[in-house]
Amino acid sequence: MLMELIYDTYTVFWREMILLRKKFRSFFAGSMVSPLLYLLSFGWGLGRNIQIDGTSYLNFVVPGIVALSAMNGSYSAAGTSLSVSRLYHKTLEEFLTAPISVLSLVLGNVSSGCFRGLFSSSLIILFSYFFGANLHLSGWFFVSLLLTCFLFAALGLVAAMVVNSHEGMSRFSTFVILPMTFLCGTFFKVENYPAAVATLVKILPLTHCSISLRAIAMRAEFPLVSLLILAAYAAVLFALGMWVTARVE
Amino acid sequence: MKRQGVVTVQRQGVFYLIEISGLCKQYKEVRAVDNLNLTVKAGEIFGLLGPNGAGKTTVIRILTTLARPTGGKVLINGRKISRGNAVIKREIGVVSQRENLDIKLTARENMELHGRLFKLPPGERRARTKELLDFVNLSERAATAVEHFSGGMKRRLMIARALMHEPRLLFLDEPTVGLDPQVRRKIWDLIRSLNNRGITVLLTTHYIEEAELLCHRVGIMNRGRLIALGTPTELKQKVGKVVVEIPNNRVTGYNDETKYLVFENRGEALRYASGLQDNLVIRESNLEDVFVELTGHKVGD
Repeated sequence: MLMELIYDTYTVFWREMILLRKKFRSFFAGSMVSPLLYLLSFGWGLGRNIQIDGTSYLNFVVPGIVALSAMNGSYSAAGTSLSVSRLYHKTLEEFLTAPISVLSLVLGNVSSGCFRGLFSSSLIILFSYFFGANLHLSGWFFVSLLLTCFLFAALGLVAAMVVNSHEGMSRFSTFVILPMTFLCGTFFKVENYPAAVATLVKILPLTHCSISLRAIAMRAEFPLVSLLILAAYAAVLFALGMWVTARVE
Repeated sequence: MKRQGVVTVQRQGVFYLIEISGLCKQYKEVRAVDNLNLTVKAGEIFGLLGPNGAGKTTVIRILTTLARPTGGKVLINGRKISRGNAVIKREIGVVSQRENLDIKLTARENMELHGRLFKLPPGERRARTKELLDFVNLSERAATAVEHFSGGMKRRLMIARALMHEPRLLFLDEPTVGLDPQVRRKIWDLIRSLNNRGITVLLTTHYIEEAELLCHRVGIMNRGRLIALGTPTELKQKVGKVVVEIPNNRVTGYNDETKYLVFENRGEALRYASGLQDNLVIRESNLEDVFVELTGHKVGD
């Protein structure tokens, strides 16, 4: 049972990795563009002389940018690859008619989305050192990062399984992903909002990604609540992913 | 209780590989499949014939667990089908109407992926890939990305891929749609040789010729319903043997309304035809005539 699950999950993952290898250059270049722009504009441009919580704005903003690129990286890796495979190339049929469990299909896709999200956010961490950031990278930092990638890869999978067109997919990211980019404490503290807005924003998952990553990177108080919320989001979205995949036609 | 081992369904000495009863599929407004009852015998080539939109593809999608029925029951080899039923999935091979290969992968990588999905050991994967690419004449293109393949090559690769895990039942949805006549004949030969190896085939088609020349038995579908069932010969005998076709183009030269008259034998047809001045064609009846007789319009309409 378990061996079968691992084998089948790896098969799904293996195919994604072959595809990734074939377009590695464009993937590599593509995943650097927007984080570099954020680092340049917010880290150097806007934040050059700003201090926040007794540290440079760069140190403050980098964990937010890492959260952002983890979200974008894994959401679009899982979402784009699956929606194209389901709606355009129809290759999802090959997986649905194969004798593999829904669990391995979902797990394989989520983990490959996760992998790409981790890859692009690791690049940002690397770059931020060249920009002069000083982050504390502990094991918990990577746990938060992994949870972030996992939950947004699962979200991408859910979106890819329920939309009926490419337009639907881009509408989903316009209404769900884009607002989170700016609202969720990536570039400034959530506490800056009026209380009511702050409460609303704290419902969104990316808020807790930024909070956790920032707290750990800046050696602040351990973000237990945010980590638990991230884990809950990951579990719920994964279960939802299983449900929609079992029913997709 | 879970059924174990190979289940055989024996009825009056015939072994039914597929048993469909009361099958329905409702999409919001449309009833794509309407109370379908059908059995497919082990070893035959069975064809579902009908115009586009008749519900043939939906039947295949349900049989391969890509769509879920809204009513009725389907047994394959005596087992109820479901997306989670790995035992049945190992027994069936699917060639969809739409190309669903990984176009960025090479032919060999597509085969490799299928082999992994069906858990073939690495040695067997390589051996079957080589053998099957040979079988469909694609050995020389094994390392080429599928995006550079022609339509016929893609179709052949899809068939080879579906055979990778040695299924005993093969579903072919419109296997020759959009292919040149020569390529179409090659695919027919391929299907016949598979059937000779003991593989049961269920195919859908809207080509009269394909159903007549390739299939042992044919079910004619229209608007989600099965309206006729039998061997091509049996079906044709129902309408009569000889057809006189009179294209009604005398006045305008553009009206394509053709008149069909069916006769029991050539003598009767000739007697009728000799009294006419019009251009006409006398020919043996075909499955198109059966369809026209039953529905009042042609398969292509």
